Amino acid sequence: MEAFVQYLFSGLTNGAIYAVIAIGFSMLYSATELINFAHGEFVMLGALGLVTLWGGLHLPLPAAFALTVAGAALVGFLFERTAIRTVKKPHPIVLVIITVGASIFLRGGAMMIWGKDAHSVPPFSGHPPIDVAGAKLLPQSIWILVIAVVLAVGLFYFYRRTLTGKAMQATAINKWGAWLSGIPSERMVLLAFVMSTGLGATAGVIIAPITMCSYDMGTMLGLKGFCAAMLGGIGSLWGALAGGFTLGIVEALAVGYVSSAAKDAVAFILLLLILYIKPSGLFGTADASRF
Amino acid sequence: MTPSLKKGVAYALACSAIAGIGLAATNPYHLQVMTFIGINSLLALGLNLLMGYAGQISLGHAAFYGIGAYTTAILTATYGLSPWLSLPMAVAAAALVAFLVGMPTLKLSGYYLGMGTLGFGMIAFIVFREWDGVTGGASGFVGIPPLAVGPLNLSSGRNYFYLVWGVLLVAILVCRRIIDSRTGRALRAIHDSENAARAVGVGTMHLKLQVFVFSAAVAALAGFLYAHYVSFISPGTFDFLMSVRMVTMVVIGGMASIWGAILGASLLTLLPEWLHAFSDLEMVVYGLIMMGVMIVMPQGLTRGILDLYERARERHER
Repeated sequence: MEAFVQYLFSGLTNGAIYAVIAIGFSMLYSATELINFAHGEFVMLGALGLVTLWGGLHLPLPAAFALTVAGAALVGFLFERTAIRTVKKPHPIVLVIITVGASIFLRGGAMMIWGKDAHSVPPFSGHPPIDVAGAKLLPQSIWILVIAVVLAVGLFYFYRRTLTGKAMQATAINKWGAWLSGIPSERMVLLAFVMSTGLGATAGVIIAPITMCSYDMGTMLGLKGFCAAMLGGIGSLWGALAGGFTLGIVEALAVGYVSSAAKDAVAFILLLLILYIKPSGLFGTADASRF
Repeated sequence: MTPSLKKGVAYALACSAIAGIGLAATNPYHLQVMTFIGINSLLALGLNLLMGYAGQISLGHAAFYGIGAYTTAILTATYGLSPWLSLPMAVAAAALVAFLVGMPTLKLSGYYLGMGTLGFGMIAFIVFREWDGVTGGASGFVGIPPLAVGPLNLSSGRNYFYLVWGVLLVAILVCRRIIDSRTGRALRAIHDSENAARAVGVGTMHLKLQVFVFSAAVAALAGFLYAHYVSFISPGTFDFLMSVRMVTMVVIGGMASIWGAILGASLLTLLPEWLHAFSDLEMVVYGLIMMGVMIVMPQGLTRGILDLYERARERHER
């Protein structure tokens, strides 16, 4: 029982990270029909940004957090402007290669700035682990869970209540139709890019204290976030959240009860299963549930 | 000259060019790079048939490359089988896996197909890495025997270069025959519109599966050649990035063009060699080149350079 609760905690923590990454993927996909293979690299930028600003320069945590996310979003902005907007024939395969090229570029850049060694930062708050039913819950896990849920709820209200959110939703449903009714759809796509990369960086910032941060940490996280997005149904906010938690918990249980070798395989086995059985995802109902 | 004679001359020229390069190259490093170009061209050729002609993306093709390499490594080094017996088994293993994976996966299309193949490629990579007892795990597999035909040892640089390029030439011939056949035309029909192809009586599912299995078999053949050349393989060679590199070779060279695939494979093999000079900048420059080529020439280099040439000629004539 204790072991089960412990696995559950670790699953929920990782699941929250996957969920935040998946939401970023999903948001960009619904606005642009683009799978950003460089998304994981923004997670890495978030983690390493925090290493420098908070761990190195000792800025106050909220300031370091905000600056890191803003910095990564700026990189996302430049990426959209220079490499995505300039493509003459945006065929999916061409865009896949461009985003993969960007991911190699970002990884190489990070290697030059932060070196090949792994870095680490202390947890956000120095409380001791909390004892729940014999299992230990790290304070950082609570931070991660709370931030993930706050982000999801905030986004939900952004899409439902604000004019910008509704305009973005309209652009996602039909770019031309939105443009005809006076929505600057190009700017909405740009905004989706900035928000998506910012979300990726946020995932990186909150995961930084519980992992080793290095220039090559992003690829696997990005791919798993992408599995989570597919699992929940790409393009759906709640789907991405549910997909992230499902993946995190199944992964943790597989590591606990099967073997630690299975850890990375779980995400991809789930991805194949969902693609074969229900490609629209667990919670996606085709186009109806897009942002 | 009749077209068939023209083709014959082209192949004769290609053969003599390969023979000439083989004789002229004295630097073992050059021969090694040329051999890798041959192996990568083989990979690009097989994937090009699937992507360029049939229009089906695969982001997990490194898995078949790996299955070819690991099957022959295990059979020859662990069980002491002759490499020439393990070759058909390596190819058959990849073809069988491709058949089993292709059946459900090829029902998907577009991005979903890309994701399905990506998931499969990752699972294969994890199996290579985690199945310690059989594949040697993350530290790799050592001691794969070299190839030999009777008294002729193929392990020397020049002989292996001839072997790889000979195989490549045969593969090019086979691909040409497929492309110019009824099957090839049906594949291009699938590329343009799957529904239209089905409407005129093309068995699309069957054909997609066939071309998927064929390209997997070609990748396994390349894996076989790679394993016996370097004699040491590790899972890192067959990871997601390798799958992407294979796709990039096809797209950067120019899809649906055999020479494009070979051009792309050559560039992507040579590029890291040239970029070694940049040391730390290597990855940054590599990424920039990948993005730059796709932004400027989304149709690939062969088409892009032809376009530039035609535009220059028009300007000249005016």
